[in-house]
Amino acid sequence: MSKEHEKGMSVIVKTITRLTVGLILLYGIYILTHGHVSPGGGFAGGVIIALSFVHLMLAYGKEVALEKLPKGVTSFFESLGALLFLGIALLGFTGGYFFLNFISKGQPFHLFSAGIIPLCNIAISLKVGAGLFAIFVALVLLKFDSEGKE
Amino acid sequence: MIIYVLCLILFCVGLYCVLRKRNIIKIIVGIIIAEYAVNLFFILVAYRQEGRSPIYSSTEQIVNMVDALPQAVVLTAIVIGLATTALLVALAMRIYEKYGTFDITKIRELKG
Amino acid sequence: MNPASQIIPLFVSIALAGAFLTSILGKRFKRLPDMIGTVTTFLLLWLSLKAVATVARQGTMIYSVGAWKPPIGIAMVMDSLTSFMLVTVNLVAFTIALFSIDYMKRFTSKWKFYTLFLLMLGGMNGVIVTGDIFNMFVFLEIAFVASCALVAFGTEKQELEAAFKYAIMGTVGSLFILLGIVFLYSFTSTLNMADMANILAGKGTPNIVLMVSVLFIMGFGLKAALVPFHAWLPDAHPSAPAPISAMLSGVLIKSLGVYALVRIFYNVLGMTPFILDVLLVLGALSMVVGVFLAIGQWDLKRLLAYHSISQIGYVVLGIGLGTPLGILGGLFHLFNHSVFKSLLFLNSGSVEYATGTRDLQKMGGLAQKMPVTGTTNLVASMSIAGIPPFNGFWSKFIIIIAAVEAGRFWYAFWAVLASLLTLASFMKVMKYAFLGSLKEKWNKVKEVPIFMQTSTIILALICVMGGLLLWPGVREIFLMPATDAVYNGLGYSASVLQNIF
Repeated sequence: MSKEHEKGMSVIVKTITRLTVGLILLYGIYILTHGHVSPGGGFAGGVIIALSFVHLMLAYGKEVALEKLPKGVTSFFESLGALLFLGIALLGFTGGYFFLNFISKGQPFHLFSAGIIPLCNIAISLKVGAGLFAIFVALVLLKFDSEGKE
Repeated sequence: MIIYVLCLILFCVGLYCVLRKRNIIKIIVGIIIAEYAVNLFFILVAYRQEGRSPIYSSTEQIVNMVDALPQAVVLTAIVIGLATTALLVALAMRIYEKYGTFDITKIRELKG
Repeated sequence: MNPASQIIPLFVSIALAGAFLTSILGKRFKRLPDMIGTVTTFLLLWLSLKAVATVARQGTMIYSVGAWKPPIGIAMVMDSLTSFMLVTVNLVAFTIALFSIDYMKRFTSKWKFYTLFLLMLGGMNGVIVTGDIFNMFVFLEIAFVASCALVAFGTEKQELEAAFKYAIMGTVGSLFILLGIVFLYSFTSTLNMADMANILAGKGTPNIVLMVSVLFIMGFGLKAALVPFHAWLPDAHPSAPAPISAMLSGVLIKSLGVYALVRIFYNVLGMTPFILDVLLVLGALSMVVGVFLAIGQWDLKRLLAYHSISQIGYVVLGIGLGTPLGILGGLFHLFNHSVFKSLLFLNSGSVEYATGTRDLQKMGGLAQKMPVTGTTNLVASMSIAGIPPFNGFWSKFIIIIAAVEAGRFWYAFWAVLASLLTLASFMKVMKYAFLGSLKEKWNKVKEVPIFMQTSTIILALICVMGGLLLWPGVREIFLMPATDAVYNGLGYSASVLQNIF
């Protein structure tokens, strides 16, 4: 029990984090998928998803967070998001133009409408979320290296 | 009119920080301030009289909207600013690791 | 829709796909990043040569991304200036990708190098191909951030300091460009370059266009390293690994700086005599200051970096003359400088690979042990100094003749003086590095591996045969259409808006 208290922040912060991290992730996914109906979309949703993981790292210390989402997986998701976005754009060639909106557009304000825009939002959020978390991990790990040397 | 002038003064404040401060982190903050000033200026340019925010709604009739194109452009510019800031901060941390100081007058190995 | 115009988006998407594929798969398979890098750049080179042939036959091609017609959507424009720049960029990128197969073995993570390299190439291709001014800014930032990360690649003390200076100055330059774009948008309410040219021609040139011109000269001049804004180049270019120095000096400052200047000033804002005078003065200053500062240098790569500033001054001088002959000379010198400056930097990389030093006073007589490197360096030195019949002579000759023809005798005098000083400087390089007696500690050096030799031989052959680009049949395909596209000025908007499908 005492070992848990050495890393990360105090008990109050850890308890609240345990309750709210899942809600933050869910809120990020909500903003992401409703990007074509209300303000938000890929970038904002991706940032909030990354923030939920950063929150976990701040409250519990970096080992716990890196266990949930290791560095290799983060790097993989980042490139996967970019390749998915490029793939969707190149699929537009089937309709004749690069980046054409070739899926049926449906009714406005419904969830399954607006063609390729929700898919693009998902790809962008993967890239932005993984990228922001990777930046944070890189800066945290770098600081540890330089302090470990001295 | 006074709003635009204040925005450009904010940009000049950011440039002043880049030029005159000696600490690396303060230089980076100066660049961030200047970047935000340009984004803010772009949004202010997009204002139209009696306009409301450019979001469609299924329930009410919208007559006047502000210009929607700068909103998309500024979103992209904010992301670019984020990438540049991340690069600068990572470089600053590596410099601290190698040189041991954040003072730019002491980081002067390249000359001539 | 024109089916031949479908290759236009491929220039950006192939480079980006290569970059992200290398990022995913490069860690597991050892030879895969090399293969992806070489195959991607070769594919892009082949596509750009095809594009030159297509544009020569069919004229300007427009591609509307996502089937949204301009001025609502983003348009990609392929006219002859675009295809000229594409060939320059992709040719140099292919030879550098070949060179880095062996050179980058010293660094541990090669896949990171290839990812950043292909990202930078995708950004540069995007700047050249696009027809929308904010899209140009986005691609410019992509290429710039990737190049900052590449300058700091070795993470030694000096490289980090140089990368930090480059990043701060480059970001301030980008902020000036963005501010200029904001003012232009508020004046014309459109972001498409052809549409903007139309509206500006109708509204005349009030003071806001003058302010935007000054902001753009500051911003793009900083990217192109013109003289008041050149202070980052002597630190950043030597500190990068040799293939990246070649890429930065060879194509980045031209694609991001000079091409954007030419496109915006000739085709969008309309060239006024005031701006031409400003460009002439800046070009002449860069020529002279660059070569004077280069004479006293003993570090090989720093000397080459100062000469880059000087040669970009030649290009801007040629473009600032405003006559068709001047623009032809400027664009031809841009192509030549990409080829021979990349060759010079790659050779300095070979010398560093073999001997481990960049200091000219420590080298001596390396031509006996490294014949290929010595010969190609001789070819490149004679090109940059302007000795016939190599390609540098032809382009400098055209610029000087154009300056005399336009009545600017003082500028022609400074151009000849800078050329003589360049010759002296490279005599020094050849004497100290390659000729002379071999010092004892260099007895064990060998010639560099096969890929490095191949890429330098390709560039040297282009240097030798570059004068053939002025031959009457060939120049109608490659150089004259590019000059016409620039000299046409505001006719750009007419040719774009009529070809929309």
